[in-house]
Amino acid sequence: MKILVPTKRVPDTDQRITLREDTHQIDDAQLPYIVNPFDAIAIEEAIRIQEAGPQEVEIVAVGIGTPEYEKELRTALAMGADRALIIRCDAVLDPWNVAGILKRVVERETPDLVLMGKQAVDDDANQVGQFLAALLEWPQATFASNIECTENGLRVEREIDAGIETVQIPLPAVVTADLRLNEPRYASLPSILKARKKPIQEITIEELDYSIEPRVELINLEAPSQTRSCQWIDSVDHLVDALQEVLP
Amino acid sequence: MNVLLIAELQDGEIRPGSLSALTFARQVALETDGSVQWLLLGENLEEATTDAARYAPVLFCDAAIFATTAADSWATAIAEVVSAGKFDLVVAASGTFAKDIVTRSAGLLGGAMASDVLGHAFVDGRLQLQRGMYAGSILATVALLGSPQIVTVQPSAYAAAEPSETSATVTNVQPDTSRLPQNIRLEHLASKRGGRPDVTEAAVVVSGGRAIKSSEDFESLVGGLADTLNAAAGSSRVLVDAGIAPNELQVGQTGKIVAPEVYLALGISGAVQHMAGMKNSKVIVAINNDPDAPIFEVADYGMVGDVYEVVPQLIERLG
Repeated sequence: MKILVPTKRVPDTDQRITLREDTHQIDDAQLPYIVNPFDAIAIEEAIRIQEAGPQEVEIVAVGIGTPEYEKELRTALAMGADRALIIRCDAVLDPWNVAGILKRVVERETPDLVLMGKQAVDDDANQVGQFLAALLEWPQATFASNIECTENGLRVEREIDAGIETVQIPLPAVVTADLRLNEPRYASLPSILKARKKPIQEITIEELDYSIEPRVELINLEAPSQTRSCQWIDSVDHLVDALQEVLP
Repeated sequence: MNVLLIAELQDGEIRPGSLSALTFARQVALETDGSVQWLLLGENLEEATTDAARYAPVLFCDAAIFATTAADSWATAIAEVVSAGKFDLVVAASGTFAKDIVTRSAGLLGGAMASDVLGHAFVDGRLQLQRGMYAGSILATVALLGSPQIVTVQPSAYAAAEPSETSATVTNVQPDTSRLPQNIRLEHLASKRGGRPDVTEAAVVVSGGRAIKSSEDFESLVGGLADTLNAAAGSSRVLVDAGIAPNELQVGQTGKIVAPEVYLALGISGAVQHMAGMKNSKVIVAINNDPDAPIFEVADYGMVGDVYEVVPQLIERLG
């Protein structure tokens, strides 16, 4: 079995995101980057499927971006991915083009399963997994909180608005990871050292024969202003008064 | 623009979020001299189509294959109706139904999509959409390139639409259901929510955080106060991770986005990811034992205190 895990490089979620005064773009000068937390959960799940056996599992991590991306892909390799691909692209891509590039990667790598985060925590779009499944005409199971390999494919528990839904899907398939699928491991020092020797293959968009067609035009970014001021309440009596005032 | 609004049904009824999405759809149609039609998929849809027709003309497909939701068959059917009807804009309420299914439809329709839209404007005749990024710390304005455009609307950002004065037409559309992909099989749906309003639909939300130590305490404090106020119960991520609260109650960047009249935060410290889901509430009341907790930065009323002491008194006084 081969599992492809697409990953995105995103600003560390502990960082405060601000805009540059001059350009109104994200001020990324000092921002540390990490593997998108949902993608880290996907990597962890792939490793657990590999560890559970008995079938042989190969895990291929994919990143799309500039050469700087290598650092985050090394993290994926240190966690336990077997090898990585970096699709070299300097442009900022919208979800449609990410899915289009990943489709080409899937056609090259022919994985049995694409396992990825349900959303990237920078643009919060929650689209790429579903787009990719549509383009490949594969079944999908989004927002996975549990994955079990079965004789015919996968049984996936999904976190949906109504509760937990369990679905059965055949392979190949696209599964997107939700928060409670697992807790990703930290890479140990020996595995970090070992990861330095694991291969990262560079592929250009031209080699994939993909041409970017934007679907989303970014017109403006702004930081919403926070205008509330907190009125402090010092007793339950006053809290009851305040609530009776504001409750519909 | 000719707009197709995908209805989300629950127990055979249109969910309130779809009526908020209808408000967005109507505004876009009005500005562009266009039209709005519903699309309802399901089984035994008679009551739902009659109800939907009070608001706008209805297209529906009543078939056994749509008795339960499955992303592959539903997305393909929706895409076929969109293409056959030459719709310019597909709209749905943001939620796991639309994120799963309508997003897949967008993947079949060229991928010009914006999710979780909070507002819109027409600039030089062109639809511009506002949406949050980075857990709501940045507000982006985008325009979609290509047609059809697909938009999911954050229900809290638009008021629910009112019915029209006369009932509109109801038209059966029959996509060739035998050709639809059917590779996703539903085995089971487990819901732990009992009786309370949905957290995205309630006028008042009582939400619990790290201070709550067990599911029994969650039920007695958060659930107890929610019942007293006829409110929905909500939760921060930490309680869902710990198994104290069920997942469908999670409010935040990756959970549900809410904007009730009143949001009561009980023992919630206020991580950025949580505040992304509730900071647009009309009034925010926070109780926390740490006066420096970030939740107070977005609160209108704040009380420093132990929820285990304060909440039982509130239940007694407000009951």
